[in-house]
Amino acid sequence: MADVALRKVVKRYDDVEAVRGIDLDIADHEFIVLVGPSGCGKSTTLRMIAGLEDISDGDIMIGGDVVNDVPPKDRDIAMVFQNYALYPHMTVAENMSFGLRLKHYPKAEIKARVTEAARLLDITDLIDRKPKQLSGGQRQRVAMGRAIVRNPKVFLFDEPLSNLDAKLRVQMRIEIKKVHQKVRTTTVYVTHDQVEAMTLADRVVVMNKGRIEQIGTPNELYHKPATRFVAGFIGSPAMNFIPCRLEDVGGTLQLRLTDRIAFPLPPARAARYNALPRTDKLLLGIRPEHLTESHAHLEPGVETFDTVLDVTEPMGMETLVYFGLDGTPICGRVNPNAGAKDGAPMRLAMDLNNMHLLNEATGVVL
Amino acid sequence: MSTLAIDKGGPTRKVKYRSMSRDRTWALRWSYFFLVLFAIFSLTPPIYMLITSLKSSAEISAATNPWWVFHPTLSNYVELLTSNQFLRFFWNSAIVSIVVVMVTMLISIPAAFALARMKFWGSTTLATGVFLTYLIPDSLLFIPLFKMLAVVQDLTGITLLNRWYVLLFIYPTLTVPFCTWIMIGYFASIPKELDEAALIDGASWLQTLTRIFIPVALPGLIAATIFAFTVSWAQFLYPLVFTTSVDQLVLPVGITTTLIKGDVFNWGQIMTGALLGAAPPLIIYAFLMDYYIAGLTAGATKG
Amino acid sequence: MADVVVEQGRSVRAASPRKRTSLHNALRRKSTVAFFLTLPLILLIALLVLYPAFYSAHLAMLNKSMQKFVGLSNFTFLFKRDTFWMVVRQSCIFAITAVFFKALLGFIVAHFVHNLPAKGQRKWRGMLLVPWVIPPAMSTLAWLWLFDPSYSAFNYTLSFFGIGPIPWLGDTFWARFSVILVNVWYGAPFFMIMYLAALKSVPDQLYEAAAIDGANWWQRIWYVTLPMMRNIIAITTLFSLIVTFANFDIVRILTSGGPLDSTHIFATWAFQVGIQSSDIPLGACVSLFMVPILAVAAIFILRDVSKRGNEA
Repeated sequence: MADVALRKVVKRYDDVEAVRGIDLDIADHEFIVLVGPSGCGKSTTLRMIAGLEDISDGDIMIGGDVVNDVPPKDRDIAMVFQNYALYPHMTVAENMSFGLRLKHYPKAEIKARVTEAARLLDITDLIDRKPKQLSGGQRQRVAMGRAIVRNPKVFLFDEPLSNLDAKLRVQMRIEIKKVHQKVRTTTVYVTHDQVEAMTLADRVVVMNKGRIEQIGTPNELYHKPATRFVAGFIGSPAMNFIPCRLEDVGGTLQLRLTDRIAFPLPPARAARYNALPRTDKLLLGIRPEHLTESHAHLEPGVETFDTVLDVTEPMGMETLVYFGLDGTPICGRVNPNAGAKDGAPMRLAMDLNNMHLLNEATGVVL
Repeated sequence: MSTLAIDKGGPTRKVKYRSMSRDRTWALRWSYFFLVLFAIFSLTPPIYMLITSLKSSAEISAATNPWWVFHPTLSNYVELLTSNQFLRFFWNSAIVSIVVVMVTMLISIPAAFALARMKFWGSTTLATGVFLTYLIPDSLLFIPLFKMLAVVQDLTGITLLNRWYVLLFIYPTLTVPFCTWIMIGYFASIPKELDEAALIDGASWLQTLTRIFIPVALPGLIAATIFAFTVSWAQFLYPLVFTTSVDQLVLPVGITTTLIKGDVFNWGQIMTGALLGAAPPLIIYAFLMDYYIAGLTAGATKG
Repeated sequence: MADVVVEQGRSVRAASPRKRTSLHNALRRKSTVAFFLTLPLILLIALLVLYPAFYSAHLAMLNKSMQKFVGLSNFTFLFKRDTFWMVVRQSCIFAITAVFFKALLGFIVAHFVHNLPAKGQRKWRGMLLVPWVIPPAMSTLAWLWLFDPSYSAFNYTLSFFGIGPIPWLGDTFWARFSVILVNVWYGAPFFMIMYLAALKSVPDQLYEAAAIDGANWWQRIWYVTLPMMRNIIAITTLFSLIVTFANFDIVRILTSGGPLDSTHIFATWAFQVGIQSSDIPLGACVSLFMVPILAVAAIFILRDVSKRGNEA
């Protein structure tokens, strides 16, 4: 077990910078998830920690030692690959013990460790099968078992659930979390799926274009995104961004969305945004769950407006409604009993207590 | 308009259905008809070999129906299989082919591994070069090779011409390029994550090759082995040029040069010898047909 | 080789923190390992393929006793001989006709096999590939016996239809016909197997889509099968062209070039001139005439192979 630290890590391929200077401290026992769209450098970062890629600049430390020049086998890490990378000609037990056998561990200890890992992952019955005879979920367990038996300092997961169907993915997600609770090994987990990131991580690292956008707990990222990228990437359906500007109307600060619609800001928000220049082009960031049907007893700070719905999507526990405000497509979540219909007018309520205000030019959340 | 269309549609549809199933039956019948014809064409020579091998010289020269054996005898087989000379040919062929297969694998597998996985300066050019080498035929090289062997023999005093063991050096020029080429294909099809997993598990390059790549690419290895064996076994031009003494000959050359004596063709024995000479590749083919065909098509489909 | 690999790991760990140099070293070590793994291959190709190929060009410019450099006079000597031009013509006729019929027959047979229910295909495929499996030197002996002037089993059969006896190997036309026939017999199965593999790789949906679009049997072959197989047809044909052009076994055993040198092709004539008549320079010279045609075919194959590599 050990902590991992990245200091100004850079990866260059010829003249393309895939990773542009990353600083990251991962505490012992922590479960860190690197998340971002494809090509954001998350996999490259993981592979540099593993030692499968050389680093162009900066330092990587595992347990306090700089490992820049240490080959993968001496870094004491274990990795689970997206396609599992199980050795097809070996049985499950042989797959799990391959690394130990190469290091000439005593036979009895190898057997004990494999048995223990198999028990932990509930694959004891499969131990003599070949990977070809296993289902996707079982292969995933074996790949994790191969990592566990090594008892490494760090677990590295490279999109391990991407090849599974949706139902199995949810199940394996819980499985991974359970295993981590038992073995408590420091884990770095790469995924492009923000739900996976939110559900698994102690802390999530959101990456974009080779840089870290924000590091934080799932709740921090969800409720206090630092940038437009993070605000839009985390959460599904994604946060709405509505062009707007600030206005002073009779001593109160107002948020003007369209010629027709302007809302007075709640006092706390008004105080926070008062110093902003009124000429700035701003974006109102509002999550769909804060755009609901209007009802009689609205809390302070919740404002209503009328619109015509384009499309509705009944999801069962809620109905998603889509409409436009001056050409900006917007999504809201309403109660299924609220009577939302395609093409019908509806009065919606926007909870400004949960709004975000962004600078359109810089994408920074104000 | 609409009634007209329906009227037209009805009968044509019916006719179409009937003709489709009839088409298919006829297509199948024609297929079998032509395949039987082609099979007769394909199998006539080997079957005729068998027929002739079971005849005595007397029956052959009696010019009775050549397609039928009236007095089957195994005397040709007995005679050849007890002849030291024929057994010598067989032995020479076997030893040459087996050693060449081993040499080929020892050269091809590491080279293919390096070319498929370890990108280094000139590796792409070398891979292309290997493929081109495969296209250089034996009939272009036998004269300079003959002269080279003579020159080396003069310089070193080691007898090279008219010695079967020289074939051990020459045959790999025919087998190694193709085997390397198809092994590159098989190795390249192994997912990159597999060697990365091995690397993390602590395997060296050599361990990755012997414990992961070779077992995983075993079907390709078998195909390449079969190819190397059949090519070595069938090679005719090089042994014809480089060996002349009866005790140095391999089977194809031995049968064609010693059994055909001037004008006296002992066809019973020639066909028996040819059949016995064709037996090892045929037996391998019968048991490992899928690997054989995989190797055959690999050259074009793996590239 | 194992030592090198172990050494690599150990010294990297002990290396100085200046990663640029240690990385560079690691890369160089990997190249060194790779170089040693390919060294036997490189040596084999250089010593026993490339060197003799160039040596052949050198030999071709010596006189018969190989003591004097005579420049291109061996070539000019050949140009003046009628036999040489006959060999050139016969080589081309032999290769082109044989490859054409191999390709055609292979294509037709592959289609028929492909038509069969999947269960029976394996059996037929296995049977039809037998000519390719038998060493050509052995099977050609069987053909030689089938073509025997006095005991020909073919002539025996044909006599029932009032045909023959045909001088299979004794007459220029029939001898040329026979060597091509045997070559087609030997090579068509190879085409069949290659085409069959290609046919299997054409997705069924394409045929279904074509059938729905109203394409008939012939249109489906012309617009779906052939375009999808174009690459394999091209590679197989060019490949077979090289092999057929350089053929030796069949002609050597069947006719030894006769009657009157009329069936000689480059390889057999080079053997006769270079080895049997001991005029090594002239033999080398003859075989060198194969190079231009081989080179052209090789260039086209290489283009196709690399194109395929780019697509992948």
